[in-house]
Amino acid sequence: MVTKVKKDQQRDERKREFLRGLTTLVGCAGVAGVMTPLLSYLQPSQDTQARGMPVEIDISGIAMGEQKTVLWRQKPVWIVRRSEKMLASLFSDVDELRDPDSLEQQQPNYARNGVRSIRPDILVLLGVCTHLGCSPTYRPEPGAIDASWPGGFYCSCHGSKFDLAGRVYKNMPAPTNLMIPPHYYKNETTLVVGESSAS
Amino acid sequence: MGLFLSLLLLLLLLRFALRFGSGVFAWIEQRLPVAHFLYEHLGRYPAPKNLNYWYVFGALALLTIAMQFVTGIWLVMMYIPTAEHAFSSVQAIMREVPYGWLIRYTHATGASLLFVVLYLHVFRSLLYGSYKQPRELLWLSGVLLMFLMMAEAYTGYVLPWGQMSFWACKVILSLFSTIPWIGDDLVVWLQGDYEVSGITLHRFFAFHVLGFSLIVLAMVFLHIVLLHVAGSNNPEGVDILATKDKQGWPKDAIGYYPYFVYKYIPVVMLYLLLMVLMIFYFPTATDFIFEKENFRPADPLVTPAHIRPAWYLSPYYAVLRAVPDKSIGALLMFLAIALWAFVPWLDYSPVRSMRYRSMFARISLAAMVVAFVVLGIFGSLPVDSSNLWISRVATVVYFSYFISLPIVSRYGRDYPVPKRIR
Repeated sequence: MVTKVKKDQQRDERKREFLRGLTTLVGCAGVAGVMTPLLSYLQPSQDTQARGMPVEIDISGIAMGEQKTVLWRQKPVWIVRRSEKMLASLFSDVDELRDPDSLEQQQPNYARNGVRSIRPDILVLLGVCTHLGCSPTYRPEPGAIDASWPGGFYCSCHGSKFDLAGRVYKNMPAPTNLMIPPHYYKNETTLVVGESSAS
Repeated sequence: MGLFLSLLLLLLLLRFALRFGSGVFAWIEQRLPVAHFLYEHLGRYPAPKNLNYWYVFGALALLTIAMQFVTGIWLVMMYIPTAEHAFSSVQAIMREVPYGWLIRYTHATGASLLFVVLYLHVFRSLLYGSYKQPRELLWLSGVLLMFLMMAEAYTGYVLPWGQMSFWACKVILSLFSTIPWIGDDLVVWLQGDYEVSGITLHRFFAFHVLGFSLIVLAMVFLHIVLLHVAGSNNPEGVDILATKDKQGWPKDAIGYYPYFVYKYIPVVMLYLLLMVLMIFYFPTATDFIFEKENFRPADPLVTPAHIRPAWYLSPYYAVLRAVPDKSIGALLMFLAIALWAFVPWLDYSPVRSMRYRSMFARISLAAMVVAFVVLGIFGSLPVDSSNLWISRVATVVYFSYFISLPIVSRYGRDYPVPKRIR
């Protein structure tokens, strides 16, 4: 008599456990369902995405040796028209560079070359120092920073030096070369920064 | 879809991981007795065994308030509280922010449903005499909460800065000018400007998001404390705390958890179903939640043809319009809510529940409810000569409830109340 009651109780308890488990499962599905829009809401909205769209730049007006700065996604993008002399200097300072062959993925694959650009004469760089985020200064004149300075970018915040391809020198606070944004040439005179090809 | 599934997986993993955290829980319990607190106030809270579905609305109100807090915080992330950008920021939320339309509609629908729940919650108290001794302070905290909720809803409605937002703001603020001597200066002080402007909008934003909302939160906590001190009333109006067993447990009570928690869950499901149906299929509720006029940006120079407040404020608006004098109308509008505070002292009958009250008491309550609904309907309609008189009659019937309470409760013949719940 007593054991039958106990068996019934156990059977009831198993039924309750099953129901509790099932309710919890459905409850979890409900919570996940509620959280999905709440978390998606925090993603950049459509107008924010629109503000982050690629930028078109007319490069025909840039003089030899001139640096043009445009804003893309709130970051400064530098476009420098490099002369033959400037390009030549890129091969002479190789021993002093930390990552001369751009092995670190700081650039798209099409910019992993000796000049770090698609067209040798046009350099496209993100003007953000890879140390702590200051914007370095363009110093193309040889000897501007010190006697052996061939021309490049100097970050006055903590003294990091980059060459005319944005490659960082050895023993600098900055650990890596300056980043190169995705970009492509729509035509001879139009540069598009923000994507690697027309989508 | 991917987000949903990964969240689900995470929650399920969490649930099973909890089994292994028992040592941690014991450590916390010793220092902050959470489990003990929950046991005392949920597990062992003596709820009368005859509580019916009228008793579900308090908890539903709490759920809805929680939802309003969450959706409200999310809205504040993208909303811009200036006259120039308020309207367009709301449109951006609707059109450009992922699921922004869902959050916004949930917040607006939640506000309306909250008032449905609250009115039903109050009606339950009238039906079963939950305002009577020893629950008078509980009732007063409720009246205060009703005022606060209306203030919260009103300041919230102004924020989209549509035509209706602006003009309803102006109309209600101008009521304060009826206060003698200080009225006009008071209105300028409340507005922060010579006329309702972006300054008013911005401070209403502060009131809505941080002012009234936090006071409401504190008052809700106090409201529940007051309830737990006095214990719950029940449909029979019997005092369950008068008859306790040897262990001190009221004989006619059962633990709130698990019985009433499990009774509550399907009701929540139904309520959420209703809410979801409204959000996805009837978000504007044909003009009752989103008035057409509010899809136009606020224009201080053009008054819409028909100004009206949100539906939950329309009974009081009807009272205001029914009275030909501006000052007396404003006063009566205020009294229409404020007189509720006096009900525990106007009602002399010691019998709590309408089940045992006299026929007069029941008719009186029914008449008040009908009058209130009529006022609500006519408060939403434009005024013309015929419905003005209906509003006036309804106003008289509504206020006569308060006048008749002391008379009916003294001279009405109530039935004898049992000592125990059957």
